[in-house]
Amino acid sequence: MATRSYTSRRELEQHSFSPAVAILVPLGAILLQALLPKPFPKLSILDLPLIVTVFFAVSRRNPIAGTLTGAAIGLLQDSLSNPFIGVNGMAKSVIGYIAASIGIQIDVENLTTRIFINFGFFILNSFLIFLINHRLLGNANFHIQWLHELLRAAINTAVALPIFFLLDNTKRRE
Amino acid sequence: MESFVTRFKNVLVLVAILLAQTIGLAVQVRRPVDPGAPDGTSVTLLRYWAVSAVTPFERFFHGFGYNLRHGWSNYVDLRHARQQNRDLQEEIARLRLEQAALSEDAIQGHRLQALLDFQQHYVAATVAAQVIGTSGSDLSRILYIDKGSKDGLKPDQAVITPDGIIGKLRDVFPHTAQVLLINDQSSGAGVVLSSTRLRAILRGSTTGQILINNLTPDSRIKPGEQVLTSGGDQVYPRGLPVGTIESIKTDPDHQPYTLIQLQPAANLNQLEEVLIITGTQPTLPLPAQHDLAVGAATAEAQAAAAKQLADQQAAEAAAKSAAQIVADRLPSLHDPDHPDTNQPTPGTPGAPVPGGVVPKPVPTIRPDRYTSGSTPPAADLKPGAAERNNPTTIAPPPTTTNQPPPTDQPATTKPRKPQPQTDAAQPPNPQP
Repeated sequence: MATRSYTSRRELEQHSFSPAVAILVPLGAILLQALLPKPFPKLSILDLPLIVTVFFAVSRRNPIAGTLTGAAIGLLQDSLSNPFIGVNGMAKSVIGYIAASIGIQIDVENLTTRIFINFGFFILNSFLIFLINHRLLGNANFHIQWLHELLRAAINTAVALPIFFLLDNTKRRE
Repeated sequence: MESFVTRFKNVLVLVAILLAQTIGLAVQVRRPVDPGAPDGTSVTLLRYWAVSAVTPFERFFHGFGYNLRHGWSNYVDLRHARQQNRDLQEEIARLRLEQAALSEDAIQGHRLQALLDFQQHYVAATVAAQVIGTSGSDLSRILYIDKGSKDGLKPDQAVITPDGIIGKLRDVFPHTAQVLLINDQSSGAGVVLSSTRLRAILRGSTTGQILINNLTPDSRIKPGEQVLTSGGDQVYPRGLPVGTIESIKTDPDHQPYTLIQLQPAANLNQLEEVLIITGTQPTLPLPAQHDLAVGAATAEAQAAAAKQLADQQAAEAAAKSAAQIVADRLPSLHDPDHPDTNQPTPGTPGAPVPGGVVPKPVPTIRPDRYTSGSTPPAADLKPGAAERNNPTTIAPPPTTTNQPPPTDQPATTKPRKPQPQTDAAQPPNPQP
């Protein structure tokens, strides 16, 4: 039985995606994120664009690509929401950079690792959103219920795992 | 220098991107507020591109789901349509009666408002739209509708449902528009509490709750009180339902103000169709005037019918009363041996005397054969008997005065009939 193993840093950095996947998957995530809460309001707790950002960042293992992917997805998400364009863009840029940097250091194919990095990045995303709104924009009325954010992180981690396995099939080895 | 850039290029790219977005945020924050244009030109353009890329897919999926759902409910699942139709007809009839009851008050209110020269804003024109998408984030409560500037929509127009207000239009694009819900953290509205008439400002929150946090503690404010729009924000017309007070507690961040949480009148999580108010006018719209006139006419008809019924009942009561008086004054109609046990006996305490009190004739000083009550009943007379047998004619004049004098009490304990001989033999009252 053939097993996939990486023996060198070079092999770890060889994953890439076709342009169609690189464009359509983030767009699809944003579209689903906009469509699903209408019939199912509870699903607004999901953050599919962040799941996709983390996946592409840890898979490409390129901090610049991760930063640009995060920025593009975040800005597109901002442009569909309120009030300022750049809040999600900044948060996801940072997460894309850190996720890509982590992807170089550790094996992100492992299930346990994926659980931890997803949970951690969702908490980090909430913290960055709070920081940008509360400190950078001076919005004193912006409050976050951290228990809710922990629950959100757990739910999104549970959703992210099957999505990661699904998107693993779109990887292109060079 | 080259080695520095090469070595730290990842970090430099990150810093550059963050810096660019920070500058972009600063430009957006420092932009002066313009009610007609919530965003600057470049931001609007960016939003327009994003919305244009996403909206066609949203329209497609919304239309697909809508047709599927309504195809089933409109053509297949019609089991309860007749019952619903009957229920709706009954509700219409009930509402017409309610409308008639309230129309007089409404007309009077309009007349007083005209006298006092109040400025009113009635909803004159609306555009119906369907919700096709959301912002996708629970930190930003925005909906997308399938109507835009081509349909006459403009920013800051109020969005409502029959249940209550929903929010207002934010960005309007040619074929779609953003609706900023009232529970978004950047929303606000002028409201008034329906019973206490206290004015307040409503705000959304990051958790999706609708809050009022600019009122000091007041014992008159109770949970369950209805909250209406005040019209002071120049967005929502006055008097539209907003919600009801759910809880009242002290605001920990802004002492001594209270934190009043509202339950929205409309279900903000399940919106399919909404109405956008595109025009208001100082007078009632023609359909509303027509409805008001119909209501007033119905009220007048009801009042006339009620008056006619009251007159008819009064006439019947009067006729019955007259018949009772006549019956009471006709002795032959009553059998003294078999009194009507169902009727209250005249003269008993509390029993009404039909026809009032019939005065008893004043006793005569010197009775003779023509005196009332001196003639014995016909049953006691014998044909051919001597007239001297009639004791009335031979009754001696009164000699004593120790008998109790007759009173003016009518003989109500018995049906009236010719008085017996003994009564006639009693001495009359001494004349003064």
